[in-house]
Formats: sequence, C-alpha cells, structure tokens
Amino acid sequence: MKWLLLAMLLMAQPATAIDPLPFKDRAEEVRFQNLTKQLRCLVCQNQDLADSDADLAKDLRQQVFKMMQSGKSDAEIKQFLVSRYNDFVLYDPPLKPGTWLLWFTPGVLVLVGAGVLANILRRRGQSRLTASAQIAASDGEPGDSGNIDPREDW
Amino acid sequence: MKRLLPFFVFVALCGLLGFGIWWNTHHEMNEVPSPLVGKTAPEFTLPLLYEPAKSLGRKDLLGQPYLLNVFGSWCPTCQDEHPFLMREGKSLGIRLIGLDWKDQPEAAKRWLQQFGNPYQTIIADEDGHAGIDFGVYGAPETFLVDAQGVIRYKRIGMLTPDVIASELKPQIAAISAGRVATP
Repeated sequence: MKWLLLAMLLMAQPATAIDPLPFKDRAEEVRFQNLTKQLRCLVCQNQDLADSDADLAKDLRQQVFKMMQSGKSDAEIKQFLVSRYNDFVLYDPPLKPGTWLLWFTPGVLVLVGAGVLANILRRRGQSRLTASAQIAASDGEPGDSGNIDPREDW
Repeated sequence: MKRLLPFFVFVALCGLLGFGIWWNTHHEMNEVPSPLVGKTAPEFTLPLLYEPAKSLGRKDLLGQPYLLNVFGSWCPTCQDEHPFLMREGKSLGIRLIGLDWKDQPEAAKRWLQQFGNPYQTIIADEDGHAGIDFGVYGAPETFLVDAQGVIRYKRIGMLTPDVIASELKPQIAAISAGRVATP
C-alpha cells in the first residue's frame, strides 16, 4: 500500500500548459494567452486556440508565438490568420456590411417589439377611455354598462 | 383579418424552420469558406517526396492549371478519397499534385505503395507551414489553381464522384474555356 502510494505520487505531474513555450516574461505569456483565447480552433470549432489539443491548433499556437517573437502586433497576427482562415477564426466578428445582420438584428427586434408594445398599450388606454366616456354618457340606464369589453379591440 | 395574424406568424415561423432544415442538409456546417478562392495561391517551395533534394514551388507550376490535393497517410478520410483519385484523376485532364501534409515521408511512401499513387508529383510539407498558408485545417482538401496561379475552387473534405462530376469538372471546363464559372 505504501509503495503504491509512493508510485502514484511519483507519477503525478504538476498541471502544465499543453505545449510550454519559452516566454521571456509574464507579460508576454499573458499577451499570448489573451490573444489565443480570441482565436478559434478550426478543427474543433467550439474551442479557442488556447484550449484546443488539436494538432493544427498546436501549430497555430507556435505560429502566433513566432510572430509575437518577431515583433508583430496582435492586429497583424489576427490579420495573418484571417487572410488564411476567414473571419471565422475570430471569436469577435468584425463590424462590416456582411455582418450588419448579425450585429443589428437584435437591436432592431427590440425596437420593433417596443413599438408593438407601445401601440397595444396606447390602444388599450384609448378603448378604456371611450368605455368610461360611454358609461358616463349612458349614466343611469340599466343594462348598458359592462357591454364594452376593453379586450375587444385586440 | 386581425384574428388571423397569429396564424400568419405561425406559418412564417414554419417557413423559417423548413428553410433552416433545408439549409443544414445542403451545407456542411463545419465548413469554413476559404478567403483564398479568387486570389493568387500562396508562395511555397517544398521538397519532392520521392526526390527530397529537388523542390517545387508556386512559380514552377505556372502556365498550366493544376489540382493540389492535400493528403496525409494519417488521415482516414484521405484513404476513403484515394480510390476516387485513382479512378478519376487521369480523366480530369490536368496535373494532379499531391501535398503530403504534416506527415512523415516514409509513412507517406508506404501508404502510396499500398494504395497506389494517383499523383504526377508529390511535395512534402512535413512541418505543415505551407498547409497553414493555404488555410488548410483538415485533410483532405483540394485546390484548383489556374494557369495564372489563381485559386479558382476549393473543396474541403473528400472529393466524391458526385462532387467531381457536379463541381470540379465544371470548374475545370470553365478554366480551359477561359471564363469564370459560377458555382
């Protein structure tokens, strides 16, 4: 039992990144992590580059690292990947005519919904007004009140 | 009329659902359209698989259209695709260049010996950098490049007889007729 425990402890390894890269300092490592989190793995498409264990993701991480070493900016590195793999590699789709639908549809839908709601509320208010006006007009006449249903209009 | 409005909304939603189903069955959801189609093929110079001392580059291939097939001996779908290339490769009428992607040359040679070699020339991209420049993310992938070195068509995934007949051959015909095909 003791030996088994010892063997298990010896086999245990500290958790490390998938492929440790020779970063020169902590800032560079953070920049690398941030950048690869914004990039999508092409193979397992719901994972980011930082996370993916796919072979191609490993190559692309190496590529990103190499470009960082040669002094390329984040934008340049992203452009490098977009020119090969399309905007799809970016988790944050850029705003351009092709993505207007994606960016603006939710806002437009909210506005349309608000418009419809406002319209309904306005009409309901109006029919209630006419209803009370009619009740006031037919004051005292039996059997006339309660005839007007405010819901009738919708 | 107003009472029917919810019904029309319902019909519209059904239509949307039907369109979604149709779209999903006619499109590969994982497919990332290449931004390289219509652009000049990226620069590359790679050693030949069978004569590593010699190399082949983008410029060497100008003048005649060619089909660049990205494969690897490690890739099971390439193995499925392989018989179709063996059978139909010659009938395409253009050069078939193999790009052995992220593969060990020895493994690739064994693989080709076992299944046959449909390629005129094979270039070896062992570290996969040329593949990245071509925007390859999963073998097999196939690029049709015209005589001016412009990528005219890209197939992600297997070239089936159906795809060869309905997509690849019309594209090749369009290139030799000197016009741009509309897929």
